[in-house]
Amino acid sequence: MAVTKKPKITLERRDVMTTILRERGDALLVTGLGSSTYDAYATGDHHLNFYLWGAMGGAAMIGLGLALAQPKRRVLVITGDGEMLMGLGSLATIAVEKPKNLAIIVLDNQHYGETGMQQAHTGRGVDLAGIAKAAGFAATGTLYTAQQLKTWLPKIHKAAGPLFASIKVTTNPVPMVLPLRDGTAIKHRFREALLGAKAFE
Amino acid sequence: MKTDQQSSSTIWPDQIFRVLKDTGIRQVAYVPDAGHSKLINLCRADKSMRAVSLTTEEEGIAMLAGAWLGGERGVLLMQSSGVGNCINMLGMIQECRLPLLTLVTMRGQWGEFNPWQSPMGQGTPAALENAGVIVQPVDHADEIGETVAAAARLAFSSYRPVAVLISQRVIGFKNWSK
Repeated sequence: MAVTKKPKITLERRDVMTTILRERGDALLVTGLGSSTYDAYATGDHHLNFYLWGAMGGAAMIGLGLALAQPKRRVLVITGDGEMLMGLGSLATIAVEKPKNLAIIVLDNQHYGETGMQQAHTGRGVDLAGIAKAAGFAATGTLYTAQQLKTWLPKIHKAAGPLFASIKVTTNPVPMVLPLRDGTAIKHRFREALLGAKAFE
Repeated sequence: MKTDQQSSSTIWPDQIFRVLKDTGIRQVAYVPDAGHSKLINLCRADKSMRAVSLTTEEEGIAMLAGAWLGGERGVLLMQSSGVGNCINMLGMIQECRLPLLTLVTMRGQWGEFNPWQSPMGQGTPAALENAGVIVQPVDHADEIGETVAAAARLAFSSYRPVAVLISQRVIGFKNWSK
């Protein structure tokens, strides 16, 4: 098999987050610990953001439960490659359930940014989008450029899922901004915004 | 794996199913277990429920958190060997004060043949309690229905994680000869 050279990684994670969320509409968002949570908040706080500060490996499955409960709403899960690698089996589970309204986006910097920038499997040959495709996701892709992201934006927000996109981003540092941490408060805020008074029945 | 001779002929899975219906359960997350096989089939056949087969039990904790965020109630069916897989994910349940109903069929307990089931089976109640889960063991078939009903009420009305541990005594001995 021919060895193909990987494109240079130039996308900045926070720019990618901003680009995606600018067109979120009424989508529900789950973000993984940790940079994805910070990036989403940096883009602009939103009551329909469920920020994870723990539960590593759980973001995609929270997305599935939410997508099944709210089939008419778009559900976005935006997480890191380390968090996604911790829940690889969930890609199989989601592929079997085929939620049309679920999109999983990995901001893939190929490192564990929270813990000292150790190399992750995604920088050592493991192809997350390939795994999602083999599992049976309806749409999958690995994105390297702003042009690819532009092309993919309508798919991320509208295409029949389950959709999986690994977006390669740099490890360049960004200013630290931290959203609400109290899990119970994050939950109540989210449910009230989504369900109204029914949230407290 | 073949199941034991008793579970298919008993009515407690039907009683649990009735409770789940009455509780308004919409999402059923499960890792297959012989003791739960009848209940899993009942849930899969019900149009008002979405039964989701998991690759590992912790997926179910996360999925049911998402279900509750979206306004639906769920249940997680698993065997005691899967409880250990859930521990870190249960931290979210406690921190976010999410309701959780899980029905655990016990192994490594009453008349166990496989010694590898003992460590996790014997450690199950303490592991769950250490993770903040309210544990409600049930040793007799005729108590299962009311115990699950009470556990569901506790979970969804008090917003707490509750595990019903269904004794191996109820499920019966696994037949290793077939």
